Amino acid sequence: MLKILKYSFFDLVRSRWSYVYFLFYLLLSSVLLFLNNNISNAIITLLNVVIVLVPLIGTIFGVMYYYDSQEFTQLLLAQPIKRKSIFMGQFLGVATSLSLSVLLGLGIPFALYGLFQSNVIFDFLILIVVAVFLSFIFSALAFNIALSNTNKIKGFGYAILLWLFLAVIYDGAFLIALIYFQEYPLDKFTLIATLFNPIDLSRILILLKLDISALLGYTGAIFKDFFGTLFGSLVSFGVLVIWVVLPLWRMVRQAKRKDF
Amino acid sequence: MKFSLFIFCFISALNYAYAQNRTIEVCAKDCEFSSVQKAIDQAQSGDSIFIQKGIYKEHNIFINKKSLHLYGEEGSVIDSKHKGYGFKVEATDFSITDLTIKNIEVSYTSDYAAIYLFRCFDFKLKNITLRNAFFGFLIEKSRNGLVLQNDISGTGDSEASSGNAIHLWDSEEIEVRDNHVYNMRDGIYIEFGSNNIFENNDSHDNMRYGLHFMFSNDNRYSNNIFRNNSAGVAVMFSKRIVMNNNVFKKNWGTASYGLLLKEINDAEIYNNTFEDNTVGITADGSTRITYRENDFINNGYAVIFIGGSYENNFMKNNFLYNNFDLSYSGGLNDNSFDNNFWSDYTGYDLDKDGYGDVPYRPVKLFSYLVNNTPESIILLRSLFIDIINFSEKVTPIFTPENLTDQNPLMRKVQW
Repeated sequence: MLKILKYSFFDLVRSRWSYVYFLFYLLLSSVLLFLNNNISNAIITLLNVVIVLVPLIGTIFGVMYYYDSQEFTQLLLAQPIKRKSIFMGQFLGVATSLSLSVLLGLGIPFALYGLFQSNVIFDFLILIVVAVFLSFIFSALAFNIALSNTNKIKGFGYAILLWLFLAVIYDGAFLIALIYFQEYPLDKFTLIATLFNPIDLSRILILLKLDISALLGYTGAIFKDFFGTLFGSLVSFGVLVIWVVLPLWRMVRQAKRKDF
Repeated sequence: MKFSLFIFCFISALNYAYAQNRTIEVCAKDCEFSSVQKAIDQAQSGDSIFIQKGIYKEHNIFINKKSLHLYGEEGSVIDSKHKGYGFKVEATDFSITDLTIKNIEVSYTSDYAAIYLFRCFDFKLKNITLRNAFFGFLIEKSRNGLVLQNDISGTGDSEASSGNAIHLWDSEEIEVRDNHVYNMRDGIYIEFGSNNIFENNDSHDNMRYGLHFMFSNDNRYSNNIFRNNSAGVAVMFSKRIVMNNNVFKKNWGTASYGLLLKEINDAEIYNNTFEDNTVGITADGSTRITYRENDFINNGYAVIFIGGSYENNFMKNNFLYNNFDLSYSGGLNDNSFDNNFWSDYTGYDLDKDGYGDVPYRPVKLFSYLVNNTPESIILLRSLFIDIINFSEKVTPIFTPENLTDQNPLMRKVQW
């Protein structure tokens, strides 16, 4: 598995897209930091970009990489290597290279800016952790979709749809539910509904750390009560881990059963 | 001859004792008086009492109907050792200046103050430093006073165990200027008072309000700074208040705001700056208010209208980079928003007259939704919200149709 991981990782790191992705984040965060002078605002803007773009790139890149390396995968399958190792290796290669791009792209300007002396380091760390989690979650989901669909067009279609669902449609349905049931107490419902969507969960985790959380009013207070405790943070990170593990488990099962 | 000499001596002695105002010195040791209270008891109306450098452990110092002028120097400290009041005064034409008073008793039943004035007229409190005050100046049923350049601070432990720095009750024509008040409950509190002026005060880190009006008509406050208070200024149940050139800054927290207007009529609010507050202004049941040439910068909400507000006119204000410019409930009720500058405005000005050709809608769909379903605030900064805000901007369906700025300015208002 490690060999395959190494292979796909270096393959991806050498590719042009990783550089573009890395340079994009590098440019974005340097511009935000050095023209804005307000780290809190910079983190909010980065948050907006990260929760939309990281999942999108994760899904597209994952699907693309799988279809691109299909022939190589088939070659590997002919060798006496476990199927689990092949696909896990490829997935980890994609996910780590994406995470590395985000990590370095966001991290270098912040380090240059002198973040380590300031006390927003934890807000920033949460942003990074969340971005890494999102990369892992969405590339895992992408591999699932690609494995289940031999038709490339269909695969891409489903991938985009998945992203659209979690980034936009889910919130829409959430909002409609909130408005429809506004006569009822909704605090628990909002809390649970956010836990089910990794993008929403990431957004809330970061927002709660920033000054802007005061705007959330008493709903925010409920969230702070929950996520502020050790139990709450364990639950939220547990949910993120489940979002990585579950798709991976399904991916491995699918790979074992699939007739290539 | 002998007799006339005696008369002469007698008259000059009388002159000395009565016609001429004496200055009595109080000092810690080797003086005629080592206690402020004793000096006050001996003094006549019109006398001055000079309190020399030193710590005087006294409390409940009572000035009863004598026009005295107490003054100290640097290092003149009255330590009331957590027992009762500092000074209690019922007098006219008196002053207390250049003094430090500290350690006022905290009580949950009595309003112990460093200086308590009752039925005082024509007085001056100047350059007084209060430390660990429970109440600072408690001024009741008084008129025509000056409260200048004082520095008042409490312990700032909790709202229940602290009092107000400057508390006016049923008092008129008092000028409160250049004071620095912090770590108290309310910075300045006024109830049942009129024609008072509050200027150039710096009120910060108070546990409740920076300045608080109750049932007080015809007052003015200008050029004050209110920062880091739990809430900046609360104006409640008062008429004809003028608020100008104040700065409301960093009143940030889940239940915080810069300025709260509750049942206010006929007020004028101009040339103020609201910066970094959770809510700039909350207006609740407030009628006939003019807001002009104010800056709203970087607030969570610039303005929240809670309802029952009529004839509020916003004109020539700058709304800059607020998360929400306006949250509005209820009908428009002849409130108007005209000729303001909105940093979120994306319209154009083809005829170059300085006014945008497309009306601006200050209420975003999201702020409308949050108003109806507060829980939906949890979708703040979600991509979906940006999309529906945009579509609502293009074709308004939910937001109040006539709540618009018909002539939004293209450039910031300079005032």
